[in-house]
Amino acid sequence: MTDITAQMDAVPGIDPRAPLLDVRDLRVEFRTREGVARAVNGVTLRLHPGETLAVLGESGCGKSVTAQAIMGILDTPPAHVTGGQVLYRGVDLLRLPENDRRKVRANRIAMIFQDALSALNPVYTVGFQLGELFRVHRGMSRGDAKRRAVELLDQVRIPDAKRRVNDYPHEFSGGMRQRVMIAMALALDPEVLIADEPTTALDVTVQAQIMGLLAELQRERNMGLMLITHDMGVVADVADRIAVMYAGQVVEEAPVYDIYARPAHAYTKALLESIPRLDLKGRQLNVIRGLPPALTDIPRGCAFHPRCAYAREICGIEPPPAYQIAPQRIASCHFVREVLGV
Amino acid sequence: MSDVVLETRGLVKHFKTRAGAVRAVDGVDLQLRRGETLGVVGESGCGKSTLAKLLVGLEKPSGGEIRVRGDNMARLRGSSLRRARRNIQMVMQDPYTSLNPRMTVGDIIGEPYDIHPDAVPQHGKQRAVQELLDLVGLNPDHINRYPHQFSGGQRQRIGIARALALRPEIIVCDEPVSALDVSIQAQVINLLEGLQRRLGLSYVFIAHDLSVVRHISDRVAVMYLGKIVEYGNQVAIYDQPTHPYTQALLSAVPVPDPRLRGRRDHIMLSGDVPSPADPPSGCRFRTRCWKAQPGCAEHEPLLQIRERSPHPSACHFAEIRDVMRRF
Ligand SMILES: Nc1ncnc2c1ncn2[C@@H]1O[C@H](COP(=O)(O)OP(=O)(O)OP(=O)(O)O)[C@@H](O)[C@H]1O
Ligand SMILES: Nc1ncnc2c1ncn2[C@@H]1O[C@H](COP(=O)(O)OP(=O)(O)O)[C@@H](O)[C@H]1O
Ligand code: SF4
Ligand code: SF4
Ligand SMILES: [Mg+2]
Ligand SMILES: [Mg+2]
Repeated sequence: MTDITAQMDAVPGIDPRAPLLDVRDLRVEFRTREGVARAVNGVTLRLHPGETLAVLGESGCGKSVTAQAIMGILDTPPAHVTGGQVLYRGVDLLRLPENDRRKVRANRIAMIFQDALSALNPVYTVGFQLGELFRVHRGMSRGDAKRRAVELLDQVRIPDAKRRVNDYPHEFSGGMRQRVMIAMALALDPEVLIADEPTTALDVTVQAQIMGLLAELQRERNMGLMLITHDMGVVADVADRIAVMYAGQVVEEAPVYDIYARPAHAYTKALLESIPRLDLKGRQLNVIRGLPPALTDIPRGCAFHPRCAYAREICGIEPPPAYQIAPQRIASCHFVREVLGV
Repeated sequence: MSDVVLETRGLVKHFKTRAGAVRAVDGVDLQLRRGETLGVVGESGCGKSTLAKLLVGLEKPSGGEIRVRGDNMARLRGSSLRRARRNIQMVMQDPYTSLNPRMTVGDIIGEPYDIHPDAVPQHGKQRAVQELLDLVGLNPDHINRYPHQFSGGQRQRIGIARALALRPEIIVCDEPVSALDVSIQAQVINLLEGLQRRLGLSYVFIAHDLSVVRHISDRVAVMYLGKIVEYGNQVAIYDQPTHPYTQALLSAVPVPDPRLRGRRDHIMLSGDVPSPADPPSGCRFRTRCWKAQPGCAEHEPLLQIRERSPHPSACHFAEIRDVMRRF
């Protein structure tokens, strides 16, 4: 069997003491006929082992593109990474030769998607697809690979794994398929798992099963989990820290308790007040006027200003700086104090 | 009761497929009162959209009846049938596919007038459509634009304007905000609430999102595999649920308050919803129910008030469990 650390050493510059994942000022744009869509505009994020970082935002704000840029799976063209760094244990994946980057991606950083069916190959059994990972990356024999595949399906709580390992993806229900994809992602013991809306297509009872499973596996393996979602409920249940995105930027970052108790950015606050809640009845919903901007035409100054109840003149002129308002709290809003109510 | 505007009795819809009959809606009794909102919740495939289509006449029932203001729809003919149909309109699930991309907004909203020429208001179709646009918060000058020129939330407003054209008393909304972004959802929910107050509308509001349904509904029906398993006012369903499925559903809904972590009742259901082509015998929920007893496979529990359930519940062992309680 190949030694994992030997493989890691094969990638030069990896420093086990450096932060697990450190994304700095990442910029991605899509050059299309309609113009340049600035999907990611200077995203900075950090992820530590055993931590769950939720990346929260409405559709089109750049969550998936951020994840795909980290994974190095964007198609160029139309996507162009125009700036920033993605540091894994001190090594910038964006500047790594393709060969080394693929090694890191296969072994250290894994991703799961909203749509499991498109992430799995329809013409092979799930056992074959899982086994292939062990054969290619771990040099296992056919028999060993199959045994590991069954073990893994068992770990993601697929009933009767021994038999189901021979089934094809379409023979699984939506929730089961999501489990299979989680098994694939975890096969090579990654340190980082990026989950892009892993439960958005599922019913709540199945969502609860999958989120419970992810949390458990993360704890067992001390993985860093980057959970991408638009659901403020799911985030409240599982995240340690939250990064709120709007128009390709992280506008607020904070520990989960702080952000719900006292949001510091006007967008976060408006969002929290606009959602109906299961535990509160008869509350008037706050309406955020207008729409998120087209990324080909992001408003000057603060991107949220045409919709913001706190906006004043400066908001349409000056982009707000990122204020450090507490040790782990950052908010990019000119009127942080007003929003916080201090 | 005279204020019941819409009622179903034993409503059934079976689809014949190669795999056998899919029992999408399998004996549904509902009552909608004037000016109220009846929420219908349930997981994917439980029959919500099929129920909606039955109510507005887009599907023909395989059994049971639908009464609009006391009149059995199946018995009505000619102009009285047309009048009854007019009285109940629908807003569709998906604002991206439910509008014809080649028609202008004016044509889309005005189309019901082509089908019911006698419903065109005195001052003409164009004016009527512009008034409808204004009513739902869209610019009346945009009457000649096409659906792709509008955002998802605006398209949903177009769908609502169209549903209002014939001045119905009843609107069936099938997941009207599910496809919308969080910040847009509230705009549409508030619009629907405002229209209800102004026009005295009655809504059947179908959704899988229990938080949205709690917000907007007076009474709620919980569906599982083609049947209503629990039925009651909003307090009964959310604060005093008695059916194990409702309890599990509520406990699985994430609440946006991290302080509740580990302080809520969590009921984990095993497995997925069985196929409606081959539902379990007896109680349909028994394959996932943690309270199931051997008898549950034999005797089908009726939707009725029970010793420990002050509102109708289809469980032999119905009993209140306050899953919203914090501990
Ligand atoms: N025309 C049809 N022919 C055969 N089966 C159908 C047909 N329409 C619906 N069904 C089946 O009937 C069941 C109920 O479907 P329905 O669309 O009413 O569910 P739903 O509750 O609206 O689900 P969702 O939340 O996913 O919208 C499903 O199993 C579905 O596959
Ligand atoms: N292949 C592509 N070509 C052009 N634009 C794209 C492509 N993929 C994503 N985008 C654009 O990038 C922006 C961010 O998308 P995405 O990251 O998928 O948003 P989300 O936050 O919903 O995950 C959107 O405006 C989207 O339209
Ligand atoms: S910077 Fe101005 S416009 Fe932007 S969120 Fe803060 S107050 Fe609103
Ligand atoms: S009747 Fe039996 S199986 Fe059905 S919900 Fe009640 S306890 Fe569960
Ligand atoms: Mg996405
Ligand atoms: Mg539906």
